[in-house]
Amino acid sequence: MIRLYNDLIIQTVCRIMIPLIQLFAFYVIAHGHYSPGGGFQGGCILGASFILMLIAYDINWIKRRFSENKNVILIALGVFIYALVGLLCILLGKEYLNYSAFQKLIPIDIARVRALGTLIIEIGVGITVMAVMVSIFLNLTTFGKHEKGEV
Amino acid sequence: MKVFALIIVIMTGGALVYSTLDMPDWGDPNSPASLHISPRYIEKTIEETATPNAVTSVLADYRGYDTLGETTVIFTAAVVCILLLRRIEDDKTL
Repeated sequence: MIRLYNDLIIQTVCRIMIPLIQLFAFYVIAHGHYSPGGGFQGGCILGASFILMLIAYDINWIKRRFSENKNVILIALGVFIYALVGLLCILLGKEYLNYSAFQKLIPIDIARVRALGTLIIEIGVGITVMAVMVSIFLNLTTFGKHEKGEV
Repeated sequence: MKVFALIIVIMTGGALVYSTLDMPDWGDPNSPASLHISPRYIEKTIEETATPNAVTSVLADYRGYDTLGETTVIFTAAVVCILLLRRIEDDKTL
C-alpha cells in the first residue's frame, strides 16, 4: 500500500536522483550498440525512476502528470513501433524486420542502416518495458485501486 | 479419464527426455550451433550491422522475431495485470 510520508529528505533526494536515473536510462538505451544494455535494461531503469517517484511523492500528484490512459497508450505504442518497423521493411521490398530495406529512405552505408533499425526497435522496447513496469507496480501495490492507502 | 491424461503426460515427457539424449553436450565446441552459427555472428557483426556489441546485434537484428515475441510477452503481462487487478469502480479520481 502506498502512503505519503511527506519526508523532506526522501523527497529532496528523489528530486535530485530521478533526472540522473532517467538520463542514465536514456544512455543505456541509446548506447546499447556499444556497451551492455539495450531496450529491456534501459526500459527497466526508466521504469524504476517513475516507481521511485511514486514511492516518494503523492500518488495523485503523479497521476495528474503521468495519467493511466497515457501509460496504457505507451504500453501499446512500443510494440506498435516494433511491428511498424517490420511492416515498413515489407513495404520497402525486403523481408519482415530486415532493416537494410531502409536504405531506400536513408541512402547511407547498409551496415549503418541496420544499426539505425536496431536503435529504433530498442527505443520501442524501452517504451513498452518502462510503461509495463509502472503499470504492474501501480496495480500490485494499490490492489488495482490506484489511490492512496487508508493507513 | 485422469489416468488416461496421466499416461499421455508420462508418454510425452518420456519422449522429450529420450530426445534430449541425442542433443550435443552443453557447451560442446563441436555442436552445429557452435560450428556454424556463432562464428558467423561473431565475425560478421561489425561488417553487416555496424554494431560492436554482438549481443545487441543478435538480439535485435539477426533474431528480431524473437525480440518481437519477447516484447509481446511483456505487453501481454501488463494487459493481464490490468484486466485482473484494476478496479475502476473504486477509483474516485477518474
